[in-house]
Amino acid sequence: MIKIDRLAKAFGPRRAVDDISFTVERGEVLGFLGPNGAGKSTTMRMITGFMPPTAGRVTVGGYDVVESPLEAKRLIGYLPENAAAYPDMTVKGFLDFAAELRRLGGEARRKAVQRVVELCFLDSVLHQSIDTLSKGYRHRTCLAQALIHDPDVLIMDEPTDGLDPNQKHEVRNLIRKLGKNKAIVFSTHILEEVDAACTRAIIIDRGRIVANGTPDELRAMSELAGAVTLSARGATGEKLAALGRVEPLDGAFRIYPRDKARAAELAQGIVELVNREGWKVEGMYSEAGQLDEVFRRITLPDTVKR
Amino acid sequence: MKPILTIARRELTSYFTSPVAYVFLVIFLLLTGFFTFTAGNFFERGEASLAAFFGWHPWLYLVLVPAVGMRVWAEERRSGTLELLLTMPITPWQAIVAKFLASWAFLAVALALTFPAVITANILGDPDNGQIVAGYLGSLLLAGAYLAIACMTSAMTRNQVVAFILSVVLCLFLILAGFNPVTDLLARWASPALVDTVAAFSVVTHFDGFQRGVIDLRDLVFFLSVIGFALFATGIIIRGHRAG
Repeated sequence: MIKIDRLAKAFGPRRAVDDISFTVERGEVLGFLGPNGAGKSTTMRMITGFMPPTAGRVTVGGYDVVESPLEAKRLIGYLPENAAAYPDMTVKGFLDFAAELRRLGGEARRKAVQRVVELCFLDSVLHQSIDTLSKGYRHRTCLAQALIHDPDVLIMDEPTDGLDPNQKHEVRNLIRKLGKNKAIVFSTHILEEVDAACTRAIIIDRGRIVANGTPDELRAMSELAGAVTLSARGATGEKLAALGRVEPLDGAFRIYPRDKARAAELAQGIVELVNREGWKVEGMYSEAGQLDEVFRRITLPDTVKR
Repeated sequence: MKPILTIARRELTSYFTSPVAYVFLVIFLLLTGFFTFTAGNFFERGEASLAAFFGWHPWLYLVLVPAVGMRVWAEERRSGTLELLLTMPITPWQAIVAKFLASWAFLAVALALTFPAVITANILGDPDNGQIVAGYLGSLLLAGAYLAIACMTSAMTRNQVVAFILSVVLCLFLILAGFNPVTDLLARWASPALVDTVAAFSVVTHFDGFQRGVIDLRDLVFFLSVIGFALFATGIIIRGHRAG
């Protein structure tokens, strides 16, 4: 549905987005990760047609965003950063306005508004003006606006920013649910969201894609992935060192495999060693890897590399 | 056409749901009343016309119209709703025209509310009502020209105060170019042709005909081209922001 080909955006001499390519198909939820200022919002603004790219192409549903903006925009629902909405309008007025601009009239509009009001739990504030809403409600109002025409493509810039944990949970569930038959891109810098909602994640840093894969694939890039943590009475680092690199922790050892592809053998080796030595095992588990560690390592390549 | 109506209606509603509209209307009506009847010597003139009323409009609008136009784009940019609006399936031109028309309609409402001046003139004497209609048309076009300039400066910045000051300065130039003290000063050293050329850029010169009851095609074209040019420039400015 979304095809991005060698997209670039320069603000003066600074390249905010530098040669990015990826595609998102229907049924995919793509998490867009990166530190602040990495180019997430700029990329989304180019996908939605708000900013023309300096170079490269964006097509949405087969329509080039620059050449046929109206056709492309019709397919897109967009939740901008900070969930902007007209403060002087009521929630209902705002949703009616969005529906009308999306060419929904009469009965179709009434139904569309009702559907998104239910979807985003806006019933209780329907006739309240937007500037009196709490941040969570304002956010959901803007989200409702993005969903009003049941778009095939949904672009959301930090959809859970500023929400409380319950609201975050609701929005993530909503994203997962909607993702079954839409192409969704959302940006975040909360890593747990990747696990909670994404089928795939892209990490960008300084305008470039530095990682692209499923959450599991990204996690496997972690140093920690495949390591085994063992806490056992009698265990010594010297003996474990025969199996891999050993890092002593507080009352336990973490053993890193020499070869990540053969991580399973490491666990077996440890079990055999424990049995041979007669250590009393108090806990043993293998690490899946941590996204935040991967994130830190690949977005700060020069400073944190170990 | 449909999106223009939708956006224009939203804009117009937003004027009347905020106190801005009412404050503006009250101040506008008080000031027109003051200038017409007190400063303009409406009663002492001894003629049944609204000359005292229309004569002040270029100066009155100089302050009041930028106050209406300054928020048109600056506010959208500041609050981030510009992004929302321009990612809707509409063209930027539709948004620009719609926002302009809504504000212009608002100014038309304000102008229409001065009808008691017309009634007064008709009760006290026998004015040329054709001349009055021409005067209202000219006044509306004048307001439109100022408003288009205010929309343009509003698109330049997200700060409404800056937008206001810029558009006052630009509109002041459009007045002064044809203001008698200025043209007299210019006539001392410049050729009459140059003086005429400069004066041709002035709203005062072109507003004059309407006040006398003459609807000259050239004056119509002048005001409409100022509006057209300013809105076109607005489009370029908005496009420039997005291009970064």
